Amino acid sequence: MSDLQPVKFYQTGTFTVGNRLLAPEERSVQANMQRTNSLNSGHRACQGCGEALGARYAIDAAMNATNRQLIAANATGCLEVFSTPYPETSWQIPWIHSLFGNAAAVATGLSAAMKVKGKKDVRVVAQGGDGGTTDIGFGCLSGMFERNDDVLYICYDNEAYMNTGVQRSSATPPAARTATTMPLGSEPGAPFGQGKFVPAIAMAHEIPYVATATVADLRDLEAKVTKAMSFRGARYIHILVPCPLGWGTASHDTIRMARLAKETGMFPVFEAEYGELKSALAIRRQLPVEEYLRPQKRFAHLFGKTPAVETIARIQAQADKNIRRYGLMAKEAAL
Amino acid sequence: MLKQMEGSKAVAEAVALCRPEVICAYPISPQTHIVEGLGELVKSGELKNCEYINVESEFAAMSVAIGASAGGARSYTATASQGLLFMAEAVYNASGLGLPIVMTVANRAIGAPINIWNDHSDSLSQRDCGWLQLFAETNQEALDLHIQAFKLAEELSMPVMVCMDGFILTHAYERVDMPTQAQVDQFLPPYEPRQVLDPNDPVSIGAMVGPEAFMEVRYLAHAKQMQALERIPQLGTEFKQIFGRESGGLTRSYRADDAETIVIAMGSVLGTIKDTVDAMRDAGHKIGVLGITSYRPFPIEQVRAALKSCKRFVVLEKSLAVGLGGIVATDVRMAVTGMGLKGYTVIAGLGGRAITVTSLTGIFEKAMRENLELVNFLDLDWKAVNKQLEREKQTRRSGPIAEALLRDVGAAGTRNY
Ligand SMILES: Cc1ncc(C[n+]2csc(CCOP(=O)(O)OP(=O)(O)O)c2C)c(N)n1
Ligand code: SF4
Ligand SMILES: [Mg+2]
Repeated sequence: MSDLQPVKFYQTGTFTVGNRLLAPEERSVQANMQRTNSLNSGHRACQGCGEALGARYAIDAAMNATNRQLIAANATGCLEVFSTPYPETSWQIPWIHSLFGNAAAVATGLSAAMKVKGKKDVRVVAQGGDGGTTDIGFGCLSGMFERNDDVLYICYDNEAYMNTGVQRSSATPPAARTATTMPLGSEPGAPFGQGKFVPAIAMAHEIPYVATATVADLRDLEAKVTKAMSFRGARYIHILVPCPLGWGTASHDTIRMARLAKETGMFPVFEAEYGELKSALAIRRQLPVEEYLRPQKRFAHLFGKTPAVETIARIQAQADKNIRRYGLMAKEAAL
Repeated sequence: MLKQMEGSKAVAEAVALCRPEVICAYPISPQTHIVEGLGELVKSGELKNCEYINVESEFAAMSVAIGASAGGARSYTATASQGLLFMAEAVYNASGLGLPIVMTVANRAIGAPINIWNDHSDSLSQRDCGWLQLFAETNQEALDLHIQAFKLAEELSMPVMVCMDGFILTHAYERVDMPTQAQVDQFLPPYEPRQVLDPNDPVSIGAMVGPEAFMEVRYLAHAKQMQALERIPQLGTEFKQIFGRESGGLTRSYRADDAETIVIAMGSVLGTIKDTVDAMRDAGHKIGVLGITSYRPFPIEQVRAALKSCKRFVVLEKSLAVGLGGIVATDVRMAVTGMGLKGYTVIAGLGGRAITVTSLTGIFEKAMRENLELVNFLDLDWKAVNKQLEREKQTRRSGPIAEALLRDVGAAGTRNY
């Protein structure tokens, strides 16, 4: 922040500072007329798609950070399908889609090719959904991490296999309704005690940089992508991207849902370097998980005639655990 | 330069002479010595300007090669058997995208039951994957085919498999003529990609294609292979001009001119077959050989021409189309459609079963007497098979098949691998 700006202005209902009030060098990448529009208009994402928003900000930030010397490898999934319906493409950058489970490995190959061709300034990003990252692509992802290949991997986590019609992935939260975890039986929705949080597993690889982000805080997302590009070696950014179709939320609520995920502690937003936690985005005013769950149709079965008080309490306990583990309350968050 | 060396080592040196820029390595017998050899050449600094990547699976090996190739680098990997199946999705993807990767397949059986020995089930399982498949008869040919493969792949912008028999070739020490770097450089120009991911000229590769253009994309892959039918013999000629020896080509005939019976096969077993045929010729039989070097594309015209004056053919293959018979034989029969020839299929050498001159002589003599079934299994232990079939008839809980058979034959095969 420049010296001239001790006062903070917040737009109503968001915590985003207005760009016009910032010095030019502090403005967002998206505010820049020279932004690349890496994922350009005309793609086929649903209205309010969090993944499209996240990808646009992330890749534009990476383009900006690399002086436009960027190549992307994309896993199969919504982002791939909605951006490249033959014979059109929304990508303004060199981009390849190979398979569902190999984006990290394709990126490794690209990065090796750039090295051997002496194009050191050309950087490589891999990107995929939660299914392509935490499930089917996990082997390739871990291999890329472990070898510390010079790749930034971005996971767009909408907490299910959306492209195939909303099936459960290992990133689907407990109790969530998906097409393969229906709200039936004694434990309606996705089971408790399953699933994995890949950012923590990425940290266990002790790679140079791991971060989480949401589409509610796009300046934070841009800053993290920019920071990631300042490292060499394997880097991982896991972005929570609400999906109106899969979550059963209004398309104008995507950013609100992402913010609620963060403000309830359901989704911890933090940064880690070489396996150590470095900082976390503080929760300003902790909200009960109910506020996050209630607007989503995938959790509607928790709020029937007799609310599933116990299940909601279990989810609250998870959020509380996240807050403790990642030090998310305002005071603690000043790590 | 003449050298006495292991087949794998020879292939490693030949690949290195082709100046690969990215090599992906994942171990599986009998391919290991090839990637080990290349690793050594990179580590020692003998092979410069090359990224050698120890990947975590064959699926990753092919995927890294895909990325590297799309990034404009000459890319190579090697595998066999289970490894080839493990990467199958990426194998199809590499050809679908038109990326000129070269891969050695050290041919090995596919489990279950797990078996490390040689047959052709692995690469033939990828018959329709869009890759070209060249089969080496000797270590010299394996070495030479790799050099030709890079050129062929890059000209067509299609990937090429060089198939060499596991252990029989990969682990055999033989004399080979190792070319010089200057010769290889003269033959193989630097890689000029048809498509490359470049920030200064951005393209999207791998878009979703629907019914409106999918057939055309697939047809173009077929058209590339049809072009290869023309190019492969020419490459053999160009190769001879620089390296001074015959190598490659689509097919090769041996003592076939006046032959009434022609034996067709691929790979190292051609050596044993030629020895058998020599002896049978000495005994006055009119028998000859047709070796198929290019399995994909399949040289229909050349096979027809080679068989035009014979009376019958025998396809001897190290592969089994379960529920049908032969894989190569099916292709040959299609090639000779309308020629009125008698044709026999002999399935031999599965899982490394030895193929002996004695057995070959026996079965070829039967063929000459028209005394063969359409599909035959060389040296099959019918006693063991019938015993197991009977056991299954008698007992519901007959147990695992392989274990029962091993007990019955009292095999040294009860060792663990
Ligand atoms: C090997 C393989 N298995 C399954 C599929 C089918 N498939 C394509 S996209 C997809 C879902 C993708 O989910 P995710 O990675 O979470 O991305 P999203 O669509 O949710 O953004 C699936 C299951 C496939 N293409 N390939
Ligand atoms: S289904 Fe969800 S992730 Fe896919 S395009 Fe629609 S909103 Fe985006
Ligand atoms: Mg998803």
